[in-house]
Amino acid sequence: MERTLYREIKATGPVWQVAIWLGLFMAAMLASVVYVEHHGHAVTGMTNHVVWGLPHVFAIFLIVAASGALNVASMASVFDKVQYKPLARLSGVLAMALLAGGLAVLVLDLGRPDRLLVAMTTYNFSSIFAWNVLLYTGFLGLVAVYLFAQMSRGMPPGAIKSIGTLAFLWRLALTTGTGSIFGWLVARPGYDAAIMAPLFIAMSFSFGLAVFILVLSALYQLADRPLGAGLVIRMGRLLAIFAALVLYFTAVQHLTNLYAAEHAGFEAFILSDGGIYTTLFWGGQVLIGGLIPIAMIYHPTFGKTANAARAASVCVVLGGFAQVYVIVIGGQAYPMELLPGYTVTSGLGDGAVAAYRPRWPELLLGLGGVALALLATGLAAKVLRILPTNLSDANTGQEG
Amino acid sequence: MIRLLLPLVLMLAAGMSAAEDRSSLWPDIPKATGAPHAEGNAYWRKHHMEMMRHDRDLTMRDGDRMIAASLKGCFDCHTVKDASGATVTYASEKHFCRSCHDFAAVRVDCFMCHRSTPDGIDETDDHAALTGRKAGDILAYLRAIGEGGE
Amino acid sequence: MTRIKGAELSRRDFLRSGAAVASATLAPGVTLIAFGGSQAQAAADAGKRWGLLIDAGKCDAGCSACVSACRDENGWGGHGNPDTDAQWIRKVTLKNKTTGHETSMPVMCQHCAEPPCVDVCPTGASFKRADGIVLVDKHTCIGCRYCMMACPFKARSFVHEPIVNQKSHAPRGQGTVESCTLCVHRVDAGGTPACVEACAGAGHEAILFGDLNDPDSQISKRLAEYPSAALRPDLGLGQGVRYANL
Repeated sequence: MERTLYREIKATGPVWQVAIWLGLFMAAMLASVVYVEHHGHAVTGMTNHVVWGLPHVFAIFLIVAASGALNVASMASVFDKVQYKPLARLSGVLAMALLAGGLAVLVLDLGRPDRLLVAMTTYNFSSIFAWNVLLYTGFLGLVAVYLFAQMSRGMPPGAIKSIGTLAFLWRLALTTGTGSIFGWLVARPGYDAAIMAPLFIAMSFSFGLAVFILVLSALYQLADRPLGAGLVIRMGRLLAIFAALVLYFTAVQHLTNLYAAEHAGFEAFILSDGGIYTTLFWGGQVLIGGLIPIAMIYHPTFGKTANAARAASVCVVLGGFAQVYVIVIGGQAYPMELLPGYTVTSGLGDGAVAAYRPRWPELLLGLGGVALALLATGLAAKVLRILPTNLSDANTGQEG
Repeated sequence: MIRLLLPLVLMLAAGMSAAEDRSSLWPDIPKATGAPHAEGNAYWRKHHMEMMRHDRDLTMRDGDRMIAASLKGCFDCHTVKDASGATVTYASEKHFCRSCHDFAAVRVDCFMCHRSTPDGIDETDDHAALTGRKAGDILAYLRAIGEGGE
Repeated sequence: MTRIKGAELSRRDFLRSGAAVASATLAPGVTLIAFGGSQAQAAADAGKRWGLLIDAGKCDAGCSACVSACRDENGWGGHGNPDTDAQWIRKVTLKNKTTGHETSMPVMCQHCAEPPCVDVCPTGASFKRADGIVLVDKHTCIGCRYCMMACPFKARSFVHEPIVNQKSHAPRGQGTVESCTLCVHRVDAGGTPACVEACAGAGHEAILFGDLNDPDSQISKRLAEYPSAALRPDLGLGQGVRYANL
């Protein structure tokens, strides 16, 4: 195996094309933000009943995937899996880019985004949200230091492992915090569960690796560099395990809730009566996001190809969006019981499932966040030496 | 070098002239009614934000509404009427707060939530957040400026 | 001393606030019921705990005087879209699942002793005053709506459009979150909330306002004597708003 050579990618025609498309999506995002700022959130589909909508689905997916994307680097630095070491730099960059994209969507959807400075300087430490602000910004700083350590010469031995371990632990805290945003809400039957934190950790492993596989494949295709099938297949097998882990925590969450009579209404809503939410849960989260990718990876013939891993990654991403949609919006749509033992009705939606119809400013904002993340990654690959020139199997010593 | 320094020195000299003959660049601050603040205008210009924030916290967090300061209290003396006799809101450049804040280019956030005129004035679409200027309006505005004031 | 003009203003403000007017114009009997505390309190006194006792038995299903009064007092009129319009107080119909008994009652911010909205606010804009009134500091509110996710009573509203013609005693603006303030501007001047007054004025007297910490107040005596319940008792929030005759 020759020494890993990291080189910037060249700005060829296809690279420019992708960059321009992503730039257009970002411009559309900014236009939609100006539109919403001027007219107020009344032009979005979010209401006083469903207060967090499609932008938050995108943002939470991106943030969860961001912490998971760092996994590849953690496997290399912390768990000494040598075959992932060439990928560690891209992993760090992708983690920062995805987080930046998710945060951009969150901040731009605020009612008063001009008060970002207030949010960054005034903290109520009883709020997990406030802790998350510190965890997110700290993560960006920490991964930047981690990247610097990886990319600079003459680092003392063990330094990368120490920083990598710190980043790994920080990312676990970050994802726990993100899950707890929902898990610590006592008011709503769909949240209020300690298992949200480990569920989100499992989700981060799964979504992060899926996004990493797709971005890695896309970048190497664009840069016209060899990417060995063995490496991708190996990551695909890991992805199947992570997807199974998500299914496990989902099952535990719902089985536990089914046992409690007080949660029966919400469980029936998600598992059978909820219309779009039921479809997204069974079809999106369980089938497309869990069972199909696992089947693809373990298929006797198809599973031995790199395309199985890529197809499985696409499925995991789609299923992941469905899962976050069900969690964020399904949890809000279900009516709250003001007084146990009584049905509550009013002219203002009490007792009824809240309707939510996302509108285009929300979609553009969410897609803009994705575009920002991808553009930042591509820019980093163009400007920094984060991508190895040769990741073919012969070079990295993979078995076929 | 001297060609750079000379104009600067001249501007500085002009700026340091007595308060009465201000340069034409100084904002045209509308005259207030009522007794002047005892601390003096200079003190108020420098410290009004601190004072407003301090009094705001006393009222909002401690419920002290008997302190002699409220945003609506300012407008008892500091309202401005335009040529037609109507009270101007923060949307107009003639508004008391705008006269200095436009000059200092410091954004005023208060009037997203607070009214900028005394109770009873119908602010309607003249409110700060709703200037709603579209491209055509901007041209009309510039034309009006060219004709000598709005 | 300093700010001579200001002192005159504050007297003017006080007279304008309506509290003094209210106590003069209402009938003596109604005043006795409507008033909870002593006159001339000018601060959030930690010794007080303001609360409401709502008698659902006296509440008329067809009446929404409390809602209209709150709307007029605080200026949160509708923009024609019930899903996004502010709703500081709303009338709900409660039906007992077992017995089928129906009542109607108003629901507003419950001014909890352990408010979930205060816990979750990232900037601390959602806060509880010393006298128990839960408010939003709109200077610090960034409009994240997390408090709306956390409130078990859907008491909070987000302002979805640019606002004009606010009442000077109830500033509110686009992009911030708001809820029932227990008419804190009235209470601080010794008055009672608008909904309490309106309900009394409509002849129902279903809402009683007073100091829960004062054992001699009307509300404390009523609570000690008759059974009452809080919404979502399972959460242990210690609400200042309690309901009787559900």
